[in-house]
Amino acid sequence: MENVISVNGLVKSFGRTRALDGLDLEVRRGEVHGFLGPNGAGKSTAIRVLLGLLKADSGTTTLFGGDPWRDAVSLHRRLAYVPGDVTLWPNLTGGEVIDLLGRLRGGLDTKRRDELVERFELDPRKKGRTYSKGNRQKVALIAALASDAELLVLDEPTSGLDPLMESVFQSCVNDERGAGRTVLLSSHILAEAEALCDRVSIIRAGRTVESGTLAQLRHLTRTSIHAELAGEPNGIGALAGVHDLVVEGERVRFQVDNAELDTVLRALTTVGVRGLTSQPPTLEELFLRHYQKAEQADGPAGQAVPA
Amino acid sequence: MTGTWQLFRLNLRRDRVVLPLWTILLGLFPGLVASSFASLYPDPAELAEFAASMSNPSLTAVYGPIWSPSLGGMTSWRSSIVLLIVALATAFTVIRHTRAEEEQGRRELLGATVVGRGAGLAAALLVALLASAVVGGLTALGTAAAGADGTGSVALGLQYALACLLFGAIAAVVAQLTQGARTARWISGAVLIGAFLLRMLGDAGGDLNSPLSWISPIGFLQRIRPYADERWWVAGVVVLVVALLAAAAYRLNAVRDLDAGLIASRPGPARAPRALLSPLGLAWRLQRSTLFGWLIGYAVLGVFLGSATDAAVDAVKDSPDLGDVIGRLGGGASIADMVIAAGLAIMGIGAAGQGVQAALRARSEESALRAEPILAAAVGRTRWIGGHLLFAFFGPALGLLVAGVFLGIGYGTASGEGGGAIGRVTGAAAVQVPAVWFTVAIVVLLFGLLPRLTSLGWGVLAFFLLLGQLGAILQLSQWALDLSPFSHLPALPGGDLTVTPLVALVALAAVLTSVGLVGFRRRDLASGG
Ligand SMILES: Nc1ncnc2c1ncn2[C@@H]1O[C@H](COP(=O)(O)OP(=O)(O)OP(=O)(O)O)[C@@H](O)[C@H]1O
Ligand SMILES: [Mg+2]
Repeated sequence: MENVISVNGLVKSFGRTRALDGLDLEVRRGEVHGFLGPNGAGKSTAIRVLLGLLKADSGTTTLFGGDPWRDAVSLHRRLAYVPGDVTLWPNLTGGEVIDLLGRLRGGLDTKRRDELVERFELDPRKKGRTYSKGNRQKVALIAALASDAELLVLDEPTSGLDPLMESVFQSCVNDERGAGRTVLLSSHILAEAEALCDRVSIIRAGRTVESGTLAQLRHLTRTSIHAELAGEPNGIGALAGVHDLVVEGERVRFQVDNAELDTVLRALTTVGVRGLTSQPPTLEELFLRHYQKAEQADGPAGQAVPA
Repeated sequence: MTGTWQLFRLNLRRDRVVLPLWTILLGLFPGLVASSFASLYPDPAELAEFAASMSNPSLTAVYGPIWSPSLGGMTSWRSSIVLLIVALATAFTVIRHTRAEEEQGRRELLGATVVGRGAGLAAALLVALLASAVVGGLTALGTAAAGADGTGSVALGLQYALACLLFGAIAAVVAQLTQGARTARWISGAVLIGAFLLRMLGDAGGDLNSPLSWISPIGFLQRIRPYADERWWVAGVVVLVVALLAAAAYRLNAVRDLDAGLIASRPGPARAPRALLSPLGLAWRLQRSTLFGWLIGYAVLGVFLGSATDAAVDAVKDSPDLGDVIGRLGGGASIADMVIAAGLAIMGIGAAGQGVQAALRARSEESALRAEPILAAAVGRTRWIGGHLLFAFFGPALGLLVAGVFLGIGYGTASGEGGGAIGRVTGAAAVQVPAVWFTVAIVVLLFGLLPRLTSLGWGVLAFFLLLGQLGAILQLSQWALDLSPFSHLPALPGGDLTVTPLVALVALAAVLTSVGLVGFRRRDLASGG
């Protein structure tokens, strides 16, 4: 299938901060692609490189087969962007901003615009400085959704939206998918990603750590095991795929990679199992694992590296 | 007001470069002026003679009265332009730590922690107090060290410190009334210009007790009369006014909502007019009120200067000695032409300020992340910045034309020269344009190559202003004076029109601008990280 976005080994540093460190990303035509990762992982930076706002240090980035830095203007006619930090002009009304951004990207469907204003319950007559955070977000969202762009690039589009508006947003994105548009959606909200995304990429410290459909990612999760054994649980901690082992006499508690489940269970049965409970894997755990690793194993994302 | 001290330290940290820079440099100025007067005129009699030659209505209008022909008196007279600059700098500092903070939402972040409601305001005023102490202290020490009278130097230092505090307190009140930092800066600047104009009108009449000068905050401060029977009670009144203004700001701060001003904004149109729908349309929308403000200022100042020029010429006519002195200075130009040329030179600096302001708007749009959505649409970088640069280059040019026309009208009407004056004076005003463009081009260059330093543009402008105003007095060598583009302009009307420097300045401006634009097209856009 044709890729709308493909990024290979993208590197971007700000002084001594290496914000992107060999990022890979592929977004296929017509899919809703989730872009997930802890704070400071480099999501917004990657998006800005894709939009030609930042210049990559190395790596290849293609957008609709073109170079986002060189062909910025012509490529931008085919996409709509909602920034992570929406700031509006204090003296322009929300309605004016929607029309302005729509026009500058090459046109906007006024009927759709009015529909969206209604759906998101936005008062378009208020001045930029008087909008709340959520309402500023709505202005940018409406401007993007009312365009006829092939690709929507949304950087944490629902931050600040209330749950009702969040569900309006989700149904809008589903409409977009139905209309055959491609969406790149950066988010911290797992439920949102599960509800909307065909595929997701998880990044950490400027690198892609997982990428695939949600079903594929579920295979990467771990099962929690609580077991009461017949003897000392010697050597279990040394097995591959066992994590967070806690031993209390003959009781053990640990997590195991699904791929190693079979080997580990065999090891338990050789000791003798009196009782066993296991908890099915959840995506949330997978997420937290990636998010936590950022702090434990590798230190905070984007930390200074020797130049 | 829990947290005031912490916020004060935070403010100092954020200002750790800018604040020492301007307070120390500007605080040292009066002392430098005093020591060069001391070496230029070692004999008090000579100094008194010089003072006499300088007491004419047009110079009094610009600098204020000479209270005493002594070393200190002449220093305080000649440095009065620094008084205006420190007042404005303090006002902007206060706004930066109050309204601008709030506008950017940082105040909200702090407001949620254990920080009292008035702490932000109190901390900003403490910074103003510190700035005023440094400026005032250095002024007093510097002038006294150069040999000026001690008591007078204390009074002069007090005058500078009070100018800082007064305009800091005015800015604190304004910052509560408006919703945007930009409007607050604009209003504070207008108050300062208004105060200056009032004093100018009052003093130009030759009456040192004109009510116009007394009601002008600047005129009032100057009536402390350093080095000439100091009127300490005037300083006392200013202290009282500062306290009242600070209390008013505090009270307003307590009654309004966070992020709201007392001047509320009304709803606007739900749809954009066609005229807005382009980068140029947006720039027009963002820049137009500022442009109109400048144009009105030029027109008013032009008419005023035009008519004051004629009054000055009359005054000189009555005193043949003075006419001689000025005639010698001007080398053949008529007195009227000289006064007009001096007025236009000041307007030229003003116009450069207008251009710098308009160009910096592009940078503030970028750092506020408002350029990002535009550039993520189908708009190239040159096209985006082009909208703003149009205002940066052609706004001041238009302004100078307006200034010239109105100065011509004012002078032509008052002197009876009539319409002929308009063409002559407008042409002379247009001569300032190349120097203005050169100054703006430096800002564009910074914007393209060293974007974080773009606001140094103000420093460059202040440097040119000080070189032009004080360079000769400080006996700087010619190459130093030549650093300012304004020094290369022919003195018109009256002098000879030399085209070469004008063409050279325009060409240099074009080169700097092009390099800046290429730099901007190649660099990262600010992403606020
Ligand atoms: N202009 C900049 N200058 C310096 N460092 C920057 C800049 N922009 C981003 N960074 C750094 O790059 C790293 C990645 O930031 P980025 O904003 O891309 O993260 P993110 O994944 O979008 O995070 P979040 O979820 O918080 O939005 C961070 O360490 C950040 O501090
Ligand atoms: Mg981000």
